[in-house]
Amino acid sequence: MSLPCNLIQPEENEYLNCIRCGLCLAVCPTYRVYKNETASPRGRVALARKGLEGELELTPNLAEQMYACLDCLACNDICPVGIRPADIAVEMRHVQEQIRPSGWKDTLFGALIAKPGRMEAATMPLRVYQGSGLRRLVYTLQIWKLLPARLRDLEGMLPRLPKRPLRRVLPEVTKARGDSRYRVGFFLGCAQSLLFADESAATVRVLARNGCTVVTPKDTVCCGMPAAGYGRMDLVKAHARFNIALFEKTATDVIVTDCATCGSKLKEYGQILAGEPEWAERAAVFSAKVRDVSEFLMSIPLEKPAGRIETRVTYHDPCHLRRAQKVWQQPRALMELIDGIDFVELPESDWCCGSAGSQLITHYATSLAVLDRKMDNLKSTGAEMIASGCPGCQMQLTTGIKRRQLAVKVVHPIVLLDQAYASQENSQ
Amino acid sequence: MKPNLIQELVKIVGKNAVLTSPEDLAVYSYDGTFEEHCPDVVVLPTSTEQVSQVIQLAAREHIPVVTRGMASGLAAASVPFSGGIVLCLTRMDRVLELDEENAIVHVEAGIITANLQAEVEKKGLFYPPDPSSIRHSTIGGNIACNAGGPRCLKYGVTGDYVLGLTVVLADGRVIHTGGKVIKDVVGYDLTALLTGSEGTLGVITEALLRLTARPKFARTALVEFNSIEDASETVNAILTAGIVPATLELMDQTAISCIEEAMHLGLPLDVEAILLVETDGQEETSVAREIEAAAEICTRHGARKVTVAKDESERQGLWKARRSVAPALARLAPNKLGEDITVPRSAIPEAVRRLKQVSAKYGLPIVIFGHAGDGNLHPNILFDKRDPQQWAKVEQMVAEEFAIALDLGGTLSGEHGVGTLKRPYLERALGPVSVDIQKRIKQALDPNNILNPGKVLPD
Repeated sequence: MSLPCNLIQPEENEYLNCIRCGLCLAVCPTYRVYKNETASPRGRVALARKGLEGELELTPNLAEQMYACLDCLACNDICPVGIRPADIAVEMRHVQEQIRPSGWKDTLFGALIAKPGRMEAATMPLRVYQGSGLRRLVYTLQIWKLLPARLRDLEGMLPRLPKRPLRRVLPEVTKARGDSRYRVGFFLGCAQSLLFADESAATVRVLARNGCTVVTPKDTVCCGMPAAGYGRMDLVKAHARFNIALFEKTATDVIVTDCATCGSKLKEYGQILAGEPEWAERAAVFSAKVRDVSEFLMSIPLEKPAGRIETRVTYHDPCHLRRAQKVWQQPRALMELIDGIDFVELPESDWCCGSAGSQLITHYATSLAVLDRKMDNLKSTGAEMIASGCPGCQMQLTTGIKRRQLAVKVVHPIVLLDQAYASQENSQ
Repeated sequence: MKPNLIQELVKIVGKNAVLTSPEDLAVYSYDGTFEEHCPDVVVLPTSTEQVSQVIQLAAREHIPVVTRGMASGLAAASVPFSGGIVLCLTRMDRVLELDEENAIVHVEAGIITANLQAEVEKKGLFYPPDPSSIRHSTIGGNIACNAGGPRCLKYGVTGDYVLGLTVVLADGRVIHTGGKVIKDVVGYDLTALLTGSEGTLGVITEALLRLTARPKFARTALVEFNSIEDASETVNAILTAGIVPATLELMDQTAISCIEEAMHLGLPLDVEAILLVETDGQEETSVAREIEAAAEICTRHGARKVTVAKDESERQGLWKARRSVAPALARLAPNKLGEDITVPRSAIPEAVRRLKQVSAKYGLPIVIFGHAGDGNLHPNILFDKRDPQQWAKVEQMVAEEFAIALDLGGTLSGEHGVGTLKRPYLERALGPVSVDIQKRIKQALDPNNILNPGKVLPD
């Protein structure tokens, strides 16, 4: 089969030097579950190469191997040659999408996810389900036990939703407490606004408390990660251009996000638009400004909270934070700033939790197997809380905790800092 | 392969353990070399019993069976050139028993060696062999290739720790060799015969491994040399002085710059060679004394600088670097061919000299690193296989490397095995009588030649 000539595909030098040493097998969560080469980074690189070089057909099954990757980036990190198997897997999804476009992705990633208003409307039934007491009823009457396990896990994943999406509540400009030392743009992610509004509200409070004037553009669209994960690089680029233009109007020095996934994608805009003369420079400037909230806070003189939180806390590294952004010390340092916290390291803290965006829906068995290991490790810490600054990880961890009936609370690190400040206020 | 045979395999191991899609077959076509050939079916058994049934079927139908673990091998020993069944043992990865009293562990063949080490170390025990592929190779593969590693200088190779094996023979019968005894002279030593047999004599499914006490202390020194000859002579000076370091590793300039580029450890880039010396033991003072003594010998033999790792993380950094050398070389060229010739250690300086001459003669780089302490060198030729001229040169260079090893009283392979790649040179290394005897052994154990056919022995 010959491929269309204008196909956007991984370049030869991305896979040519793979010597098949097998080092990546040691760190791959899907390989660890299936112990099968097909589910390994080395296998995926081989399949990509054979597919692109015409030795294999680019079948749906070949594409499925690319979708089976959790994109946790562990293989990218360990490869001594510099091959990036996880990136190749994602690029191959884009190849598949060009060969066999699937129309529903236009609707989901182009029309729905890209428009915050529509997302808010579409998720309304969930807010009704919770807000009306229906969810409580489901639990009280133990109706949830009647749900098939898979649906039960998905239901359990759902956090307590805010009454209203944060986007509707947060002011466009939040004034700094005291002198304004930084003008900070806040990129409010879709999941944060719709599902974890309390966390992002905490983020804005903490920033303001530490001398930041926080500007939150309300018209931001999705960072692009879901579209990228489903092979729609065209939509990612459109999202990127829109968000860049939007933030250019805010005249901010830094752009902060409290979502690991958004952060990693926003930091890639420069690279994503590098080939577009009109955008390359603007995208590079934008990406250079992006900081994870913990990364930003630990780089400025941060007020040490006088309030205490007496609890044992552990921390799960979101792949999109630790690997994609190399931010792993800062969230730990941020929590250790709080008196009373007994911080304990989670074994294999940097192994994927199995969320990977939507893997619990699309690859249920794999996602759960990966999650089970995470839960074993969590249990071994004896922690009462597990912190993680990623909505996907938080939902996945919540699912695991419910399945195992562990008494562990899932939090965003920023919430702990916010609470420590609050308890200091209360005691004063 | 006939659909009814696939159905039979499914009946034995279950649907999820029989792979037949073109994608599955493609990823089971290779190992850690550039060779490849697709099997007809991949089977992932979970017990010795299942393996036995699969082999019975293969024997009945005369289907080739290539056993493998994680396919990190460097001799194309697990590439299924004859098609047939790839028997992948990675799902047989349990520790069956950890006998602390006898310091023996009973494991299934598919356990990852690093996981095995971690398991026994929890109990203060120690499994010493440490191939660089320790995190991505299985104990079964290590045994089938009698793998070595840096620590083997002091502790010996994989085979020195194998007390007994469970093996499925070519007709499907299961034998248990050896046992939980250290001394055993009853009958021929089948354990030793099967160790290093590269899947050609039987399928190793379980192993009894001897463990030792875990050394409590280790010190590692990084020694810089302006001349690679000084470095290789220093190796002998240390060993003849009566010091037995746990490891004595040599890396040449290209290897060093390659790792530095990959890992940014601050290694010196203006030296011709580095020695990595490690001492270990149960007493902190004696370990320290030994590393100091080794350091002094290094200085006397022209070392420019000796740096002893300050703490465990620095030490781990150095070892991570050493383990990454081989793969990191791929940054320099699309292909590399790494051999593992072994010479008497007194001949190391001469071997290094001659390898450099071969490189100069053909105009392709040969990177040299390896376990200098036991005479085991890894000359790696860097090339681009797509260029037929380069490939032709590589074949000649490999022949010359082997000639150097044999000429100096050494051998073709210290730890990678023969597989397919070294097979053409086997007779020259062993002589016709030895090859004849080995062929008869193969004939006795696998009369229909279904177990990893076309490997190790010449036709």
